[in-house]
Amino acid sequence: MSREMLARHGFAVLVTVFALVPIVFVLSAALNPLGTLDSTTVLPNGAGLDNLRDLSTGTSFWTWYRNSIVVAGMTALLSVAVSALAAYAFSRFRFHGRRVGLVGLLVIQAFPQFLAIVPLYVIFSVISDTWPAFGLNSVWGVVLLYIGGQVGVNTWLMKGFFDSIPRELDEAMLVDGCTHRQAFTRVILPLSAPILAISALLVFIATINEFLVASVFLTGDGQRTLAVGLYGLIAGERNSSFGMFAVGTLLTAIPTVLLFQFLQRYIVHGLTAGSVKG
Amino acid sequence: MTQDTVAGARSAAPRPSPPSPPPRREWSAHPGAIAGRVVTAGALAGIGLWTAAPLWADRHWAGLACVVAVTAAALAVYLSPKRLPGKYLFPTTLLIVLFQLFPIGYTLSLAATNVGDGHLGTKAEAVTAIETSSVRRDPDSPEFRLTVGERDGALVFLLTEPGRRDVRLGDADGLRPLPGARTNTGGRVVEAPGVRVLTAAEAATRGRELTRIVVPVPGGGIRSQGLTRAYQGTAGSRYDASCDCVVSDGRRYHADEGEGRFVAADGTALDQGWKVGVGLANLTAVFTDSRLGADVVGVFAWNLGYAVAVVVVSAALGIALALALHHPFMRGVRIYRTLVVLPYAMPAFAMLLVWRDMFNTDFGLVNRLLGLDVDWLGTGLTARLSVILVQTWLGFPYMFLVATGALQSIPGSYLEAAKVDGAGAWQRFRAITLPLLMLALAPLLVSSFAFNFNNFNGIFLITSGGPFPADDPTVGATDLLITYTYRMAFGQQGADYGLAAAMSVYVYLIVALLSIVSFRRTNAFREVDR
Repeated sequence: MSREMLARHGFAVLVTVFALVPIVFVLSAALNPLGTLDSTTVLPNGAGLDNLRDLSTGTSFWTWYRNSIVVAGMTALLSVAVSALAAYAFSRFRFHGRRVGLVGLLVIQAFPQFLAIVPLYVIFSVISDTWPAFGLNSVWGVVLLYIGGQVGVNTWLMKGFFDSIPRELDEAMLVDGCTHRQAFTRVILPLSAPILAISALLVFIATINEFLVASVFLTGDGQRTLAVGLYGLIAGERNSSFGMFAVGTLLTAIPTVLLFQFLQRYIVHGLTAGSVKG
Repeated sequence: MTQDTVAGARSAAPRPSPPSPPPRREWSAHPGAIAGRVVTAGALAGIGLWTAAPLWADRHWAGLACVVAVTAAALAVYLSPKRLPGKYLFPTTLLIVLFQLFPIGYTLSLAATNVGDGHLGTKAEAVTAIETSSVRRDPDSPEFRLTVGERDGALVFLLTEPGRRDVRLGDADGLRPLPGARTNTGGRVVEAPGVRVLTAAEAATRGRELTRIVVPVPGGGIRSQGLTRAYQGTAGSRYDASCDCVVSDGRRYHADEGEGRFVAADGTALDQGWKVGVGLANLTAVFTDSRLGADVVGVFAWNLGYAVAVVVVSAALGIALALALHHPFMRGVRIYRTLVVLPYAMPAFAMLLVWRDMFNTDFGLVNRLLGLDVDWLGTGLTARLSVILVQTWLGFPYMFLVATGALQSIPGSYLEAAKVDGAGAWQRFRAITLPLLMLALAPLLVSSFAFNFNNFNGIFLITSGGPFPADDPTVGATDLLITYTYRMAFGQQGADYGLAAAMSVYVYLIVALLSIVSFRRTNAFREVDR
């Protein structure tokens, strides 16, 4: 092997180690029979499922898990559906207020929702009194709120993609006597699979990681999401609950990875159009 | 749902061939279309009724008017054969108005007030709170027989005077007769209309809530003493309308309508104030209050530095790795790629907390691995380096993925041609690879910057904004504007929602500006006019 190739491998190995150390550490903590932070080493020093058992029996972990899947799944599905409708209108119709609507959407979507956490809390206190099913401590209320925060950016993302689909395709259908609804569902939607998939994935990841809004709105143990529940787990007993927390972290990664695998064939195209993660 | 009978909207002439398209944008008489309209109308009306019913029951007329208006708009849009764009835009519009526009407007209106701890209600409520909290028992205070009741989940007093049988109901709004209530011979209320009478055991479990209740009466208030007795005490502090002041222990606190507080001659103020409009004072405070201004400028500078550093470092690392793996003779590329992308698959919030514990001084992994004893998150510089490192770890895999894709799409003929023309490896990289790479990465870099500029989790879950200087707990070394604002509203030093809302407005303006610039650069505005 030439020196150049050796250098390339050396660098790649270094970066890979950097990427993997925290993950291996989490894996090691999850398997650590003692389950504490200070007894966890980088490489596993034992293997047991004690932490998984403690997590399942001692906490409401699986309830949080279900809540997170429901909240992230519904938010992804519904926000993509609603945004696709709006994007179709912006892409294919010319109407009064279109320009204002598009620019307005662009400016409004820049507002990070949690900046308005105080007003949102007040709004949802009122909703709680009137329609408890969508108020505080209700996953449905939070789903609505998340959708409201996501539709703006998704509409823009999808409108850009719809614009790149030749108009001739759906116009031909209209000429042939189809309705706009048919043109939308039979031409635009199937051709937009990449952007629908990437939007759904990005919303799912953003939602399952969302902490602030969920921590203010979902306080009951039966309503918590994974982010709030796992945070609470190590907020008090940081050292001794670390093993349980690590198991929870690994289990939380599963839905994202599965969804990614499922949507992967569409994603290569949409990757650069998306946003970032943090 | 609805029938969009606009076939041939853009066709020049109606097509003669059967079946001929239905006439443009008019009611379709097709049975399916009629059924669709009936179902749509029924569904919308049903949702409207379900939403309106509780508002009607609560006599909430303003809310009811809104629901009626929205339902009417929905019916008008979805039943009409016209208004095609409206059909597609209605759900988005409703969601944006409810959960984005309304909160933004609310934030703006909060920014023009002094709302916060001690300034939540009206002046009258503040006076009531001051008077009732100062209620004291005198030797000749009248006594009542107390029965504890519950109405709408809140505790209320059911009071009878000794020797009498008429019952009065007391709550935070005051005292009023309660006709129809029955008492037993001992004066205990056994039945009261609209109120659930609690047993002594039930009342005992809510003892703390009970002791907090003060029923305001002229000149004082009624408090409980135990579970069965109450007394009417006199207020130590009393509002005097003639001087618009509160007299407390012989001192006068005059109302200051500008600040929403009662202030004495020597400048001391009562804790309880009220909500007043302060105009632009919160917005200009950054420029007029020198200490706040200095804090904000410091936070803003670090905020910019953090976002730039994270973007630059994670992009550089991602690009460097993509370049290292981009070689025809390189082996194991797939393995490297799979492993390096793993951080992206892990839940970010949890990994941030893992990193926080890895930086722990006593049993953190970083110190144990390096054999050090550094308080990473305890000093300003190391804490800042730490949060940048963590965010790089989270961000670089995505940069790597996109850079890899971009590298593969650079046509080999460009590099061939340059090579033929005698360009060296470095020249080829500088003149061809890097510019094309940056072109592909530019949108990602901009959105990454915008994201990290407001990366609440990235700071809050690791350092909570700290470490804080010993003399000033309001601003920490790693505080971003967003965490600084958050602490202003929800921090330990008492909430100042008004000022926090003003800060939110500034943060929003910066982000909105950023997104307009970035969309302008990516030609989004040209698309608006297409």
